[in-house]
Amino acid sequence: MNNWLKVSNAADIPQLGSRVVTTQAGNIALFKTADNEIFALLDKCPHKGGPLSQGIVFGKKVACPLHNWNICLDDGNAVAPDVGCARSFPVKVEGGAVFLSLT
Amino acid sequence: MKKMKLVMVGNGMAGVRTLEELIKLEPDLYDMTVFGAEPYPNYNRIMLSPVLAGEQGIQDIILNSVEWYTENKITLYMNKKIVKIDRKNKVVITEDGTAAEYDRLLLATGSNPFILPVPGKDLQGVICYRDIQDTNAMIDAATKYKHAVVIGGGLLGLEAANGLALRGMDVTVVHIMPWLMERQLDKNSAFMLQASLEAKGLKFMLEKHTQELVGDAQGRVTAIKFKDGSELPADLVVMAVGIRPNTSLAESAGIHCNRGIVVNDTMQTYDPSIYAVGECVSHRGTAYGLVAPLFDMAKVCANHLARMGIARYQGSVTSTKLKVTGVDLFSAGDFTGNEHTEDIVLHDTAGGVYKKLVVKDDKLIGAVMYGDTTDGSWYFQMIRDGKNISEIRDHLMFGQSHLGNTGHQGQSSAAAMPDTMEVCGCNGVCKGTIVKAIKEKGLFSLEDVRKHTKASSSCGSCTGLVEQLLASTVGGAYTPTLSATKPMCGCTDLTHEQVRKQITEQSLISIPQVMKVLQWNTPNGCASCRPGLNYYVLCAHPRIAKDDPQSRYINERAHANIQKDGTFSVVPRMFGGVTTAKDLRRIADVADKYNIPTVKVTGGQRIDLFGVKKEDLPKVWADLDMPSGHAYAKALRTVKTCVGSEWCRFGVQDSTQMGIDLEKMLWKMYAPHKVKIAVSGCPRNCAESGIKDVGVIGVDSGWEIYVAGNGGIKTVVAQFLVKLKTPEEVLEYSAAFLQLYREEARYLDRTVHYVERVGLEYIKQKVVMDAANRGALYERLLYTMADTVDPWKKENVDMREFEMLST
Ligand code: SRM
Ligand SMILES: Cc1cc2nc3c(=O)[nH]c(=O)nc-3n(C[C@H](O)[C@H](O)[C@H](O)COP(=O)(O)OP(=O)(O)OC[C@H]3O[C@@H](n4cnc5c(N)ncnc54)[C@H](O)[C@@H]3O)c2cc1C
Ligand code: SF4
Ligand code: FES
Repeated sequence: MNNWLKVSNAADIPQLGSRVVTTQAGNIALFKTADNEIFALLDKCPHKGGPLSQGIVFGKKVACPLHNWNICLDDGNAVAPDVGCARSFPVKVEGGAVFLSLT
Repeated sequence: MKKMKLVMVGNGMAGVRTLEELIKLEPDLYDMTVFGAEPYPNYNRIMLSPVLAGEQGIQDIILNSVEWYTENKITLYMNKKIVKIDRKNKVVITEDGTAAEYDRLLLATGSNPFILPVPGKDLQGVICYRDIQDTNAMIDAATKYKHAVVIGGGLLGLEAANGLALRGMDVTVVHIMPWLMERQLDKNSAFMLQASLEAKGLKFMLEKHTQELVGDAQGRVTAIKFKDGSELPADLVVMAVGIRPNTSLAESAGIHCNRGIVVNDTMQTYDPSIYAVGECVSHRGTAYGLVAPLFDMAKVCANHLARMGIARYQGSVTSTKLKVTGVDLFSAGDFTGNEHTEDIVLHDTAGGVYKKLVVKDDKLIGAVMYGDTTDGSWYFQMIRDGKNISEIRDHLMFGQSHLGNTGHQGQSSAAAMPDTMEVCGCNGVCKGTIVKAIKEKGLFSLEDVRKHTKASSSCGSCTGLVEQLLASTVGGAYTPTLSATKPMCGCTDLTHEQVRKQITEQSLISIPQVMKVLQWNTPNGCASCRPGLNYYVLCAHPRIAKDDPQSRYINERAHANIQKDGTFSVVPRMFGGVTTAKDLRRIADVADKYNIPTVKVTGGQRIDLFGVKKEDLPKVWADLDMPSGHAYAKALRTVKTCVGSEWCRFGVQDSTQMGIDLEKMLWKMYAPHKVKIAVSGCPRNCAESGIKDVGVIGVDSGWEIYVAGNGGIKTVVAQFLVKLKTPEEVLEYSAAFLQLYREEARYLDRTVHYVERVGLEYIKQKVVMDAANRGALYERLLYTMADTVDPWKKENVDMREFEMLST
């Protein structure tokens, strides 16, 4: 069962940008694509823990600000040749509000 | 709609590369069918040499597995030779009678080795060196027989001889000319090469004309006889005397051939439905025998098969590298020369180094190097770019002097490094890892190596070494991209210059507009092109275009430098490196108030506060109440000064004040990359003006201005631009130079890269000689900066950037 928590309004996340939510599971990055899709990843790059929220968002990927690994927003997987995965969390948008599930 | 049918004959390197390029552009346009005479999927033919030498196995050199064809819905027929093209009915027919219809036909039949028409050429044990079968035959012969003779002392022959020797055979190379590789080398350097191959155990017979191959009763070769009557025992004879484009199929179908299937600049044959690529082709009278030009053809051909119809193949300049471990030989372009060319030659027999550069009309057109091929890619790039070398002619021969190229233990020659030595100091990648990846993954370009190994993908200081490894491993199949045609990134085919031009001419004022009009192939670019476009748009349309924070790297979005733990560093501006007790006290108070763990004096004469939390940044700026130091930005960083005439017993000019004035003028200047300035009060140069983007040195009669120095990844000394009298002139000339750089450099080029490209003469013309242009450049920069605000005043900053959300 998902336990949905309201964390933001969709409008408060910039397009091709992100916001950071502090949770008991650690910092979680909320990303918004150009098509207003929203994704949530643990804000920790699988390489050396860089804050993915601070990266440049393009398509459905983010470039880590520390050493430029590219991470897929939908499943947290690093783009080849790099290997690794950032944990991803379910998100949904209802009535303009963004809900996040930590389970 | 029914798909069109594309049939390809010849399953080799050029053909399959064409399909790969086509799939990138139009994966679904055709039903694709491939016929290959060999029983293998496409493999890396050039790696047959390391396979023969025992350095790797056949299984490692497959480029496209059978699964690749399936995944891309390509019907593959292996071991099936096409014997007929019925052009009227558009059908091809195989040896066993299989027929396939086509709408478009692609011929990629490669070439055939040339067989000397001597008696005995059909004996067992007489082979060529072209494919896996030949290679296996040689490997097999080496286990059974002793005496091998290789006819032909060119690249291929020498690689075959080396491989056979490594497999334990007693090998003699027979060559008809007075010295080896007569097309590439002159007599002296060829003898140097011969000596080093002799040291590896090879034997040579020069100026020998083969008369006949002699066989035994079983029909196997036993000896080779020469015109002069002499004879040599031979259990294996390898003919490596050249190749001929394989045109028999095309010719039988009546397609125009003339030492190759004749194609136009779109790779189309005289039959408009039939295209051809690879070694089988004759383009503008030239047939190529190396991989790099074939890849260029493949790209053009795919463009036309995909019906984009814009690419043209205009011929290639080629380079080659002998792939024999321990022997360093490289040649590129037209290295023979003639009465209209000049040679620059360095010959050090004892040191084992020979270099010859061929120059025509102030341009490098060819190069041959033996013994030290360190600068091979550098020369090759210049040859391809057609760069004017008059300014660097006096040190051209000495290469791209590796003065202060940091990060790899002082090594500049890849050949001299052991496999375990680190090449890329940023990502910790060793030589052996890179070479293995090139061989086994079939890598041909710098981009490929960066992608697969990470080497050279960070600071780039090892790029030259990686290029050498590419060149020596794939033997000239590596071609540095023409700088003039290098696309901005994978999202477009346009170069930086083309994009900048369009942004100006078509008044494109936003990134989405640029991407739409210039047909970007990704929805919103990538982390590499977006920051560049943001800068280009802002630079071309000051006060009109709006900044896009999401297209800036985090440092420029948060106006501070991100650290490895996700905190930030803050560097307030100290004009000319001068501070006051009041400012220092405020910095100290801020450090206390926000628990800032480290306070450090930087290499740029100011103070850095490390470990600031992102949420605290706006408060830190407010409490500091000092201007931003832009230590995070592609912008003016520091203006370093020395004490100068005010205190120093040697000072002849007030360098401190000059530095403060320069920094006050320029402190809000964004640029393609960071910009650093220094001002020294006398030629003792305590501010290190000699390695800055703009370096100013006071002399008794005024100021000397130096430009395009660099003190970072690769130390480059700044070049003298002009001598001036007054501080006002220093401001104007410096600003004009920097505006020229702002308007013309590629994003992320420092001034050193920009000036290296356009030449100092050009800068002098625009900035020194042309007073009106200088004035206009100066005005444009002032106009742009007058509208720029200090981000630390938070006016144009999206404050959401600094607010955390919570559950
Ligand atoms: C803080 C400082 C080191 C120090 O503790 O002294 C520093 C720190 C960094 N330098 Fe530097 N450089 C610092 C002086 C220099 C100098 C010396 C100078 O400016 O006199 C150089 C050589 C001079 C030059 O640039 O030509 C220098 C050459 C580099 C380079 C190589 C640039 C090149 O073109 O070769 C980089 C990499 C880059 O910019 O791409 C770099 C990059 C960096 C970055 C920004 C790395 C990064 O991307 O995060 C470091 C940021 C740390 C931070 O959070 O502040 N830093 N860096 C110095 C800040 C000076 C200042 O007050 O602004
Ligand atoms: C040992 C060796 C080392 C080399 N080293 C280098 C090097 O270091 N650097 C470099 O740049 N180049 C090197 N080359 C040259 C390079 O391999 C060739 O330039 C390149 O492979 C040519 O590509 P292609 O597609 O035109 O021909 P190929 O790769 O030869 O492909 C043609 C294919 O078509 C098939 N074919 C022909 N006719 C028919 C038909 N009628 N029906 C069906 N199939 C047919 C052939 O069997 C062959 O498989 C080397 C070559 C060899 C042999
Ligand atoms: S401050 Fe400069 S030299 Fe030092 S580690 Fe960082 S980038 Fe490297
Ligand atoms: S921490 Fe993300 S790329 Fe290194």
